[in-house]
Amino acid sequence: MAWQAVDRASPVIDEKAPAILSDAVRDKIRSFLPRYETRRAALLPALHIVQDALGHVSPRAMVEIAEVLEIPPSQVMDTMSFYTHFWDHPKGRKVVVVCRSLSCQVMGSDALLQAVKSELGIDEHGTTKDGQYSLLTEECLAACDHAPCMLINEKMHKCVKPEQVGKILKDARNDQIAYPRSDLFDKPAEGPVATTDLPRTSDVREMKES
Amino acid sequence: MSKYEPVLLKNVGVEGIRSLKVYRERGGYSAAEKALKNHTPEEIVEIIKASNLRGRGGAGFPAGMKWSFLPPDRKITYLCVNADESEPGTFCNRVLMEQDPHQLLEGIIIAGYATRTTTAYIYMRVEFHEQFHVLQKALDEAYAAGLFGKKLFGTDYQLECHIHRGAGAYVCGEETGLIESLEGKRGWPRIKPPFPAIEGLFRRPTVVNNVETICCVPHIVERGANWFKSIGSESSAGPKLYTISGPVKRPGCYEAPLGISCRDLIFGDEFGQGMIDGRKVKGCIPGGLSVGILTEAELDCKLDFDDVRKYGLLGLGTAGAIVIPHDADIRQVLANVARFYSHESCGQCTQCREGTNWMYKIAMRIALGAGRISDLDLLVEVTRNMGMMPGLSICGLPDGAAYPIRTIVEKFRDEFEQHIRRQEPGRVEHVLKRLNPAVYELPILGQRGPRWVA
Repeated sequence: MAWQAVDRASPVIDEKAPAILSDAVRDKIRSFLPRYETRRAALLPALHIVQDALGHVSPRAMVEIAEVLEIPPSQVMDTMSFYTHFWDHPKGRKVVVVCRSLSCQVMGSDALLQAVKSELGIDEHGTTKDGQYSLLTEECLAACDHAPCMLINEKMHKCVKPEQVGKILKDARNDQIAYPRSDLFDKPAEGPVATTDLPRTSDVREMKES
Repeated sequence: MSKYEPVLLKNVGVEGIRSLKVYRERGGYSAAEKALKNHTPEEIVEIIKASNLRGRGGAGFPAGMKWSFLPPDRKITYLCVNADESEPGTFCNRVLMEQDPHQLLEGIIIAGYATRTTTAYIYMRVEFHEQFHVLQKALDEAYAAGLFGKKLFGTDYQLECHIHRGAGAYVCGEETGLIESLEGKRGWPRIKPPFPAIEGLFRRPTVVNNVETICCVPHIVERGANWFKSIGSESSAGPKLYTISGPVKRPGCYEAPLGISCRDLIFGDEFGQGMIDGRKVKGCIPGGLSVGILTEAELDCKLDFDDVRKYGLLGLGTAGAIVIPHDADIRQVLANVARFYSHESCGQCTQCREGTNWMYKIAMRIALGAGRISDLDLLVEVTRNMGMMPGLSICGLPDGAAYPIRTIVEKFRDEFEQHIRRQEPGRVEHVLKRLNPAVYELPILGQRGPRWVA
């Protein structure tokens, strides 16, 4: 629900901590600036780049993106909080997204989601203890001809039967597409990212309330 | 029906068609060359107007007309290609981009030239990972071959093209929402007028077209407006990509002249080839989720821009058919539809933000087995009080929510009433008492439920 407010607690940002965006990331963000008339228009690419590099966009990263783009940090948060693809707390190394649109539902996405949940031992919006997997659902992945489908990071798994879930999740390369990557965006972050931090966004709050 | 020769999908399955070399060998970019060398931009607009090409993104607005609204004295024009394909049941843009990326790029060159565009943006939804890499590689190749940049085909025309990735918001498929999102803001649709043709991206004249519309352009330039008009029916000209999903034998993306019937699409040999596992059709949502539903008896509806309205549907939409099998619970279908819109409403207009959310709560209550007959009337009443057609909202999303919910309730009312009558006595009170936990614990459609069901 894009319009629901994220929690209002103001994020704590340590001003003295070293910058978390590397020069390479900053340069990559700057390389998008000539494409647009305004600096703010490079914000969505910037958020993609940072999320690919760090695994999530923390409040500190938002401030630094604002620095690079020379816009107020509030605008970065304003934009970021609208889109479901960006998260401000760490998620697992691989993010599993199960489609729950009508096409997938009539082909059995409920059973698929249940199988993923029991295989990973987490609920929706949860992250496994070892930081390997997070689970989300999406409204439509535009692969309705291969329903039910699920996305692991970049790789689309098509016509997934619940009994295949275990095998797919055990495959170490289950998130990699065969097609050569473009240099424009980094690979999603390598290695498990921290899971101990307190999750802050509304989707996690909804999970807790359940 | 005589054998139809595909136009938009003619290159699908050709070995190596994603590379520029193979695409050129098959006559690619000749239409762009012809357009730039032999025609003025105004002539191209006239050709597109004469061809009666209507926008394939859902609304069916004539593309040539849209281009002619641009102010003649403009200096900078933008072209946005809408590849934010998020409508459930629709995936024809995905097929076009991953199977034949250069066709889209050629269309962009011609459309850009006709509108005197300086920069074109392809707004692509973020879930298209493979498609992004395919298209980006094709774009890099085209740049390297001098098909984008300065002095295209030896003329003075110059065009830049960039791919801009979205971030998971359905409403960014609305043209002004897309423009806002491109500017790095929340994808909130703008109040119109001013229309994007006058004041769009970065407050410059802007044209927003769907991928499929753009892909039609090279073929029209190459083979002429009359050829294009000869396909399909009078008011709905040209080839159209139909997609079909659900429990059919051959789900997928098929090309046909506009105006095939829904029954053909499901049972035709060239298309869906009938249902799997001996299932029967309960209904079919013929054009992406937002247009509404057809019952089994109404399957003979012709899928073109006009005929669908006779069956109480919003329009052709994106021609992405979702088949609902006879064993699907219509209450769950309704709850799924309602959840989609309540999740994707951007929250600007009150009746959409609240209306979609309340419809979801009511639909959820019915799906939980705690419905009341009066709920059905209530749902219909809500749908009549939201959207652009009563003149209450900024964009068409609430219309898109109203049509499927209203048609599902009205056309399957008997079934709903049967379910409601069969509910165990006291179920309503039981659910109402345990509202919050009940909604979350029951494994209906999985996941996030509303916090209250009133």
